[in-house]
Order: sequence, then structure tokens, then C-alpha cells
Amino acid sequence: MKTITVEQLVKNYQNGKVVTNALKGISFSVDQGEIFGVIGPDGAGKTSLFRILTTLLEADSGTATVDGFDVVKDFKKIRNCVGYMPGRFSLYPDLTVQENLEFFASIFNTSIEENYDLIKEIYQQIEPFKNRRAGQLSGGMKQKLALSCALIHKPTVLFLDEPTTGVDAVSRKEFWEMLHRLKIQGITILVSTAYMDEATLCDRVALIQNGQLLSVNTPKGIISEYPNSLWAIRANEMYALLHAIKADPDIESCYPFGQYHHVAFKNPESNQKKLEQIIQNGKYTDVEIKTITPNIEDCFMALMN
Amino acid sequence: MKQFLIFIKKEWLHIWRDRRTLFILIWMPIVQILLYGFALTNEVKNSKIAIFDQAKDDASRAVSNRIAASRYFSLVKNLHTYKDIDATFKQGKIRMAIVFPAGFRNDLLHANHAQIQLIADASDPNTANTLANYATAIINDYQQELNQHQDLPYTIQVQVRMLYNPELKGAYNFVPGVMALVLMLVCAMMTSISIVKEKEIGTMEVILVSPLKPFRIIIAKTIPYLLVSLLNIASILLLSVYALGVPIVGSLTLLLAESILFTITSLSVGILISNTAKTQQTAMFTSMMSLFLPTLLFSGFLFPVENMPAPLQVISNIVPARWYFIIVKAVMIKGLGFASIWKETTILLGMTVALLGVSIYQFKTRL
Repeated sequence: MKTITVEQLVKNYQNGKVVTNALKGISFSVDQGEIFGVIGPDGAGKTSLFRILTTLLEADSGTATVDGFDVVKDFKKIRNCVGYMPGRFSLYPDLTVQENLEFFASIFNTSIEENYDLIKEIYQQIEPFKNRRAGQLSGGMKQKLALSCALIHKPTVLFLDEPTTGVDAVSRKEFWEMLHRLKIQGITILVSTAYMDEATLCDRVALIQNGQLLSVNTPKGIISEYPNSLWAIRANEMYALLHAIKADPDIESCYPFGQYHHVAFKNPESNQKKLEQIIQNGKYTDVEIKTITPNIEDCFMALMN
Repeated sequence: MKQFLIFIKKEWLHIWRDRRTLFILIWMPIVQILLYGFALTNEVKNSKIAIFDQAKDDASRAVSNRIAASRYFSLVKNLHTYKDIDATFKQGKIRMAIVFPAGFRNDLLHANHAQIQLIADASDPNTANTLANYATAIINDYQQELNQHQDLPYTIQVQVRMLYNPELKGAYNFVPGVMALVLMLVCAMMTSISIVKEKEIGTMEVILVSPLKPFRIIIAKTIPYLLVSLLNIASILLLSVYALGVPIVGSLTLLLAESILFTITSLSVGILISNTAKTQQTAMFTSMMSLFLPTLLFSGFLFPVENMPAPLQVISNIVPARWYFIIVKAVMIKGLGFASIWKETTILLGMTVALLGVSIYQFKTRL
């Protein structure tokens, strides 16, 4: 059975006369026990989607189910069985770590002791600070506490809206390790992020932009769908080089990526020679050119165009 | 039930840990009671009076007509027995009664000396004082006109009796006023702010996606503020009895019960405000504009409602504090029982049920 199904979901926000189309009819489904990533830039519609699935918003049209329940008709049943961690830090800053956890356990009619094993690995890391006010925790610890609070009632589906935004690289890594351990427990996880590199850590991802899904596939699948061969180029005058390459009519796209520019050609035949020609014309030095396998971000850039 | 209690405990921690706000909440009523101790003077017009004329002669009629014709007074009732005076006051229909003794004209013409008694409702001492002064001035006028053609002057002795508050203490008026103001402020403003705060920091999102019923969320959020307001009522009453010397003449139980009713009214207003307000600032300003000022202006606490233009008098009817103010004055100062305030209580109860119903109905189960 599919744990989450989304059918032609449309959501518009009206602010005076300005209408924002947050979701323009998206459809996908998530299998039981899957880590499903919703990847897209800010304003792509991720939070709207999460709020509709967690029954906080009603869609303008389309249907969605979570754990077999309709998000509109059976919203009370969904609220019993899902865990939700909103994008913003949403715990009580004036309560201590333990008080926060106790509170969220109790509103789900459970206690910390009852499901301690579920959150043990995460909670142990913040337990030394359990008498500290949540507002005084570091970003990574806040996220761990928020995750503990979202997990304490043993949800069947976990919704994590940008859980790693504003968290340092080490904590992000730890966070994803935790998600994989939760997956083993059979919890279905829908997670959104603006970090492309996190996509590879999901079982399947949906790339979303401007309220539309660009692609739904496994990370490998998305990479294999990449249409062209991709080149990385480096030289001494990176900025001038970027403009020089972009100006060439044969180039599909060129954008900075770390120390290199990634270059894709309009037709596969034109290739390294073309790049070498541009470099000779511009008299660049310290040049390095190589073919690379695209990553998710490259795929996203290609799909966006 | 356990989840409900923990929710209340959590709310209490919010209040307890925000020491600055807690400090304000507890000291505000005390400071206000002391501040409003300074008397305020008001102009009086069209005050309702009754006349108990035992003489029914030319002279008493002449005085009555002059008083009734003045713009300060409007005669609403002619009384026929002494008992009527008390009853009419208790019904709250009049602010002053004028008593002419039998044989008023005879005394004046033959003994050159007559008496008039003015009985004023001094639970609002400023108004009572002003009314008595106006009436005395009118009577003196009449006396002077008579004396123009006389060698031996006629004198009319005006005897003033201040009902309920013989010492004319301002506290008799402002203690009920401050009670209404403080309860409105603490309950409505603080509840609305605390609910909107949850929306602002995003915890409302998480609470909504839980099995907790919205109805329970609301009740749990309001109970701690109910407790704080009970504390405020206690501090105001203690202060007024022991520091200002205003006794609680009527039943304390009735007074507390009515106060709790008004507290619930204010809490419902708070929930109602929080339903529409998106930020804490909006909640605060809405509370200020829609509660604080009307309570101050329309409850009869600073300005007698009778003196206002008719449209404002109509508006004052929808201000819950107005009815509570009347109730507290009746019970605490005048020592009246439930029988004389059942009407005000019913109005307040009706408002509470309506407000609570609407606010719970409107409370959004989604964002």
C-alpha cells in the first residue's frame, strides 16, 4: 500500500489582487518505509505541500491521502498518527528540553518512558542539557530536540519540513544518519530540503520548482535521465571565462560549481574542442578541462531550463 | 485528562518564566487602585431624580418645578411613601431623591423656616456631591426670590443625606471600575497574546497536528489566566478593604461569582481577538482599542453613562464591563442581593455564552 498519495494537488494563495500559485497540480506517491525527499529552492511550494499533507491547509483542488486517510475528511485520524516538524524552530523556547519533550509526549497521550527506545539515540545527545531552556540550544541541538518531539508518539509517517536548514555540516550528517535508523523501524519519512547534496541520501526524490514537479525518481534514476554529457572547466580568469562560454551559441548552459564551471552543450557532438577553442581565444592559463558525471544539482539545473 | 493538565502546567510555566509580564500582571491592579485614588470631577446633566412631596402645596410645587425644569435633573418618579425611596434607589432608577416634609409652605410662611431633604446615591461620590450642590443652588435661588419682598427672610434649610457612602469616598466608585478594567485587560489581552504567540513561534502548527481537540487547547490556555485574575481580584479587594477602607457590604460569594463570570466573558473576548490577529502586536492593539478604551469610557466608571449623547449610551450597552461595573457597585458598595442584579447578570451571562460560542466556533482547526 502507498503510505502517501497525492493527486493533482492545486493550492493558490490570494493576497489582495495578487494570486500566488503555490502548487500547480502535482501528483506523486510514497511507499511504506521510504525516505522520500522533496527537493527544491525556496518558494517552490514545499511547505504548502507539507501543510496540506499534515491537514493544516486545505488544497483548492486535488486529493491526497496519508496512511490511507483523506487529508480533508479524515484529518482527525491523520493527526493521531503522523509526526510533523515544521520548518521554523517550533518548540517553546522558555521551556526546558525535558519539559518540551514531556509536553509533546503528553498531548499525544504517551510518555517519554513509553517510547524512549525510539528517540534514545537522538535524545541521548541532548540529554546532558535536559534542564536547559530550548531557546538557548544551538541550531543542531534544537533540530534534534524538535525531531525527538516529532517522534515521541511513534508516528507511522514523519513529515520533516527543511529539518537541516541552518544546521552545520556535521549535525546535518548526523541528522540523516538518524533518519536512516528511523527508516529501519518502518517509519515512512517525507523530508524536504533546499540542499541538493541531501537528495542522494533519499530513497526517492521529487524535484519541485514553482509549484510543479520536474521529476520523481531515485537519485540514480534522475542522474541517468540527464540528457547531455557534462564538462567541468577551470582557468585563471573564472568570471571572464563564464561570460565567454555563455556567449557561445553552441552552449546549452554554463554555471559556476565549486572551483569549476559546469558546461553542457546543445548537441552532443560538439565537445572538448569547442571549449579549447574558447580558451585559446581568451588566452587563459592554468586550464583544466574534464568530463564529469552530473550530480543532482546539474540535473536540477537542466530540468529547470 | 492528564494531557489536559500538562497543557495547563505548560501554560503556567510560560507565565511564570516571563517574570517581567508576571510582575506587571500582579502589580498593575495595585498601582491602578492607588492611582485612581485621586478623585475625578465630572459634569452632571439629566440626572434622574424622584420627588417625595408630603406637603403638596404651592411652595413645594414651585421648588419641584424649578428643579425638574433645570437641565441638570429629570424627574422620573413621584414617590408616595418613605419606603419607596429606598426601593427606587435599589432598583438603580434614580441618583437623588428630594423630600418635602408635610406643611412645607406653612413652615416657610409662618415660622419663616422650612426644611428640604436631599438623598443622593453616593456610591459615585463625585456625582452625588455635584447633584446635591446643584439642587441646593436651585433651592437657594427660589429662597432669594421670595426674600426680595420681605424684611424678615425666609430660610429653607437643605438637609443632604449621602446614601451608601456617607463619607463621599472616591474609592467607592473606582474600586469597581478598576476591577472591571484589570480583569478585562489581564484576561482578554493576555489570553489573546498567548494564543497568537503560539501561532507566531510556530508551535500552534505542531499542536494542531496532534489528537488534542481545539476546544481543549482553548480551555487549557485560558485557565492559568483565570487563576491570575482571581489573584488580582483578591489583591484589589484586600487593598480596598484594608488600605482604602471600602468595605464589602454585600455577599463576598456573590461578588466572587459575578467576577468569575466577568472573567470568563473577558477570556472569550481574548480568544475571539486571537482568532483574527496574526501577530502579538495586532493582538495587543486590538485588545487596547476594543477593550481598554471602551471599558474606561463606557462602563460608567469615569463618566456617568446618563450624561452621554444617546448614540454613545446605546454603544455602552454592548460593553460587558458596564454591566459588571453596575453589579460590583450594587453588591460590594450598596450591599444588594442577587434579586437586584439578576438583570445585569443575565445580560452578562448572555454575552459570555455568545462570545464563548462564537470564539470556539471560529477557532481554526487549520492554519
